[in-house]
Amino acid sequence: MSSSAAMPGAVPGVVPMRRDPNHLGHHAAGEGETRAPGRGIGGPAPKRIVVGYGFWIFLLSDIVMFAAFFAAFAVLQGGTAGGPTGAELFDLTNVAIETGLLLLSSFACGIATLALNARRPLAFQAAMAVTFLFGAGFLALELREFTDLVARDAGPTRSAFLSAFFTVVGCHGLHVTAGLLWLLTMMAQVLAKGFRPDILRRVMCFSLFWHALDIVWVAVFTVVYLMGAAT
Amino acid sequence: MSHTDTDDRAHADVAPGDEYPHEEFGAGLRSYLIGLALATLLTAASFWVAQTKVMWAPAIPVALLTFAIAQMGVHLVFFLHLTSGPDNTNNIMALAFGVLIVFLLFGGSVWIMHHMNYNMMAPVEGGVRMPLQKGVPLQPEPQKGVPMQHGGGGHH
Repeated sequence: MSSSAAMPGAVPGVVPMRRDPNHLGHHAAGEGETRAPGRGIGGPAPKRIVVGYGFWIFLLSDIVMFAAFFAAFAVLQGGTAGGPTGAELFDLTNVAIETGLLLLSSFACGIATLALNARRPLAFQAAMAVTFLFGAGFLALELREFTDLVARDAGPTRSAFLSAFFTVVGCHGLHVTAGLLWLLTMMAQVLAKGFRPDILRRVMCFSLFWHALDIVWVAVFTVVYLMGAAT
Repeated sequence: MSHTDTDDRAHADVAPGDEYPHEEFGAGLRSYLIGLALATLLTAASFWVAQTKVMWAPAIPVALLTFAIAQMGVHLVFFLHLTSGPDNTNNIMALAFGVLIVFLLFGGSVWIMHHMNYNMMAPVEGGVRMPLQKGVPLQPEPQKGVPMQHGGGGHH
């Protein structure tokens, strides 16, 4: 492609190349048009980016849903209806262990992503198995806490506070359950079909999901447990 | 075609969660290790602050929120590999919109419901003192020396 700007004898005052007058974004350095995919003349973006971005939007909408549940919990926190309060119910040692398990699970999921990118099937399966074990341990502790609360007559029907509590924490637990099933599916698919591009995209979405769940858990243990136990 | 493959990648987007160039195992591991260490540190700080007697009590929720937001940032940067680079602009803009909605939803609900709780508080024992608007008397002040008709003035 010949640029008419460099041609000798070009008509003065005629700007040959269409440039962004504000020098924003990718043309800031003045490198002109790019042929990169997803940038106009570069054609559509690769499927991996489209899929990843779409899943990113879904995760953000999921986080918005969690924000609504968090708002409900924060509003209904005082509505104990004469029943037990958070300070009486929450076992912070249990919550700390749960947090550690989920954090290590997220870390192992990152290792699995690295193994996937390095195309090392054995390391991938091992890291995913570790991810599953930590996630399952988290879920077991959460279920034990729930059954313990229900046995102490502090189930979701006891008060508005407990309804909101079970909604927030239970919704996160449901996500973890779905994530564990998805994790097993990904292990089986990589085992059976290998490192195919579509399988790689699915594992990428799974790892995004798993890391996002850990981010939501940070909000759960802060807003629900630590701040809930203080009041 | 004169342009090379790396030229394309230099101007293209990156999928959320992807970190290029991290084709080698070791370079990618470093980011996750830093993230794990920082997240552990912030989690420990949160649990310590919540249970300590050293801190001034009203400062504890502020500290907890600060640690939580910091830890979410650590997760986003070191686990989800979000950067401020041009290849991440779309991911960051979507995240910013999500954060805006979360802030409006959570902050707005808490703010509105707090005021509503305050305004709809049960009347104080022995007298109607609704804190609606300052400067607008709901009922005239009882006259000194005049006996109350309906026993409403407990604030003498």
